[in-house]
Amino acid sequence: MKWLTSLVLSLACFTANAQSAGGPLVIRITQGVEGALPIAIVPFEWAGAPMPTDIAQVVSSDLTRSGRFNPMPRNDLPSKPSDPTQVNLKEWRAVGMDNLVIGRITASGDGGYLVEFRLLDAFTGKQLAGFQIPAAANALRLTAHQISDIIYKTLLNVPGAFATRIAYVTVARRDAKNSTYRLQIADADGYDAKTILESPQPLMSPAWAPDGNRLAYVSFEERNSAIYVQDVRSGQRKKVVSGAGINSAPAFAPDGQRLAVTRSQDGNPDIYVVDIASGQQTRLTTHEAIDTEAAWAPDGSAIVFTSDRSGGPQIYKVAPTGGEARRVTFNMGNYNSRASYSPDGQSLVMVNGGSGYRIALLDLKTGSSRNLTGSNLDESPSFAPNGSMIIYATMAGRGTELAAVSVDGSIKQRLALQQGEVREPAWGPLRQ
Amino acid sequence: MTRAILKTTLLLAAVLVATGCSSLNKKPASGAAIENRGLSNGEMSDIDAARSKGAGDGSGAGAAELNDPNSPLAVRVIYFDYDSSDVRADFESVVQAHASFLASHPQTTVTLEGHSDERGSREYNLALGERRALSLRRQLVLLGATAGQVKTVSYGEERPVAEGHDEQSYSQNRRAEIVYQQ
Repeated sequence: MKWLTSLVLSLACFTANAQSAGGPLVIRITQGVEGALPIAIVPFEWAGAPMPTDIAQVVSSDLTRSGRFNPMPRNDLPSKPSDPTQVNLKEWRAVGMDNLVIGRITASGDGGYLVEFRLLDAFTGKQLAGFQIPAAANALRLTAHQISDIIYKTLLNVPGAFATRIAYVTVARRDAKNSTYRLQIADADGYDAKTILESPQPLMSPAWAPDGNRLAYVSFEERNSAIYVQDVRSGQRKKVVSGAGINSAPAFAPDGQRLAVTRSQDGNPDIYVVDIASGQQTRLTTHEAIDTEAAWAPDGSAIVFTSDRSGGPQIYKVAPTGGEARRVTFNMGNYNSRASYSPDGQSLVMVNGGSGYRIALLDLKTGSSRNLTGSNLDESPSFAPNGSMIIYATMAGRGTELAAVSVDGSIKQRLALQQGEVREPAWGPLRQ
Repeated sequence: MTRAILKTTLLLAAVLVATGCSSLNKKPASGAAIENRGLSNGEMSDIDAARSKGAGDGSGAGAAELNDPNSPLAVRVIYFDYDSSDVRADFESVVQAHASFLASHPQTTVTLEGHSDERGSREYNLALGERRALSLRRQLVLLGATAGQVKTVSYGEERPVAEGHDEQSYSQNRRAEIVYQQ
């Protein structure tokens, strides 16, 4: 278990409540995949001391966390080359390495750095990837995640999702009536958590805009649910939907201009599409049952939502202009809710209730479904933007923590706060 | 000038003495029991609160009734069965009492806060919480309250009173709370 000390420092700025804020997210691989690729990641050369960021360490952690790689422990490395001319291929083949990552960091004079790295095939000596990346002084971790993305893409032919962020809600609870709710954003590896909103009233349902610069969420700060859209960097925010009844479950359209939301001003929750700039609303459903938890297809052609019009909650699909809704979930038990599309639009992930509440994946082409998790109270699933993993909230002790599972169910990890609970993860888009 | 200051000082002193006396009234501890009407401290202060609040509109007695721990009005939390928003038979008399109170106190308003247990998805539970609050509202209106007196809000599973992951906790969290507006 690794304690993320730099995160403790960054959180310490947030007054005396830093402790109850929960501290760092600690990531623990609970189940890895067999046949993970062996790879050697040599510490990057750095002339000065101390090293500004141990890039090789960050890359190694990223690749380990993916479950697809098995980086060699640093102490076992036979040598520490930083340049291709220093690499003895035989020596790396002898210790069973398929690939080798080497590099160096140099100061660029303007207070920033130049990070140079190469990915080598240990059998042929061929350079599979090589980049020079200028990095601002405070952006070396991001650079390391970008290097992880390049390695992942080069060797697995799938985009990586290391240089991404997650949003989530933390709760520090004192008693039934007194809690502190925080909307936080952290790097996908749990580092650099920032509180972007803090409230004594519940915060819910963070949802990323496709550009990764804005979050929509639900806040009870006016003693009733209302939907806000907040710019992540400036903190500027706009109340988009409020009024009598429920105003909840925001989901950005792929165009980033509209939100699908739930409103119940007529006494019953229905799905609406709201234009963020004008506030203009289009009603999509008019059923007397509960309709909520809308999510857009990646191409914007459809919206799925939860409805209990057939009795228990099931997933339905409707055109973004409205019209007839069609049921999507069949033969999956009597509780299916909060569905969202995979990035390729081929499957839906959802909460499936039966003897417990698990995360289930439904293949939209074949209609086959399976449970990816086996705990009792799993909820709020969210796809990584490369489609490789699903992050969700799960029961832990008396509260909840985050967990992630690969789409094939083979890799599992837990992301826990030191204190307090963390819930409703939303995995942000790939950096543009 | 000095006379004005003196006047203010005297006035202040009088207020202080008066305040001191009134707080003495509630503490019959020292020897000479003052105005002991055989009520507990809590009840006396309730009556005080009712007096100060309800002066003029005749609702003073009602506020006292509202604060009587032995009145059915003291029950402010209605519990629900799993996946149900029906007001249970064992709460009918409580709901009737609140409806009657609201009917006889048309100026009084309440907010019904609907809640669910933690199982399943949060947004769906928000809707279930609202369904419970609305179900209770319908009952209150049916039994005499006016629609304008009863507001609803749902907190879904966001504000549990019991934190356990078992039926005992769940049954305490599936609830609607009746909150009288001050």
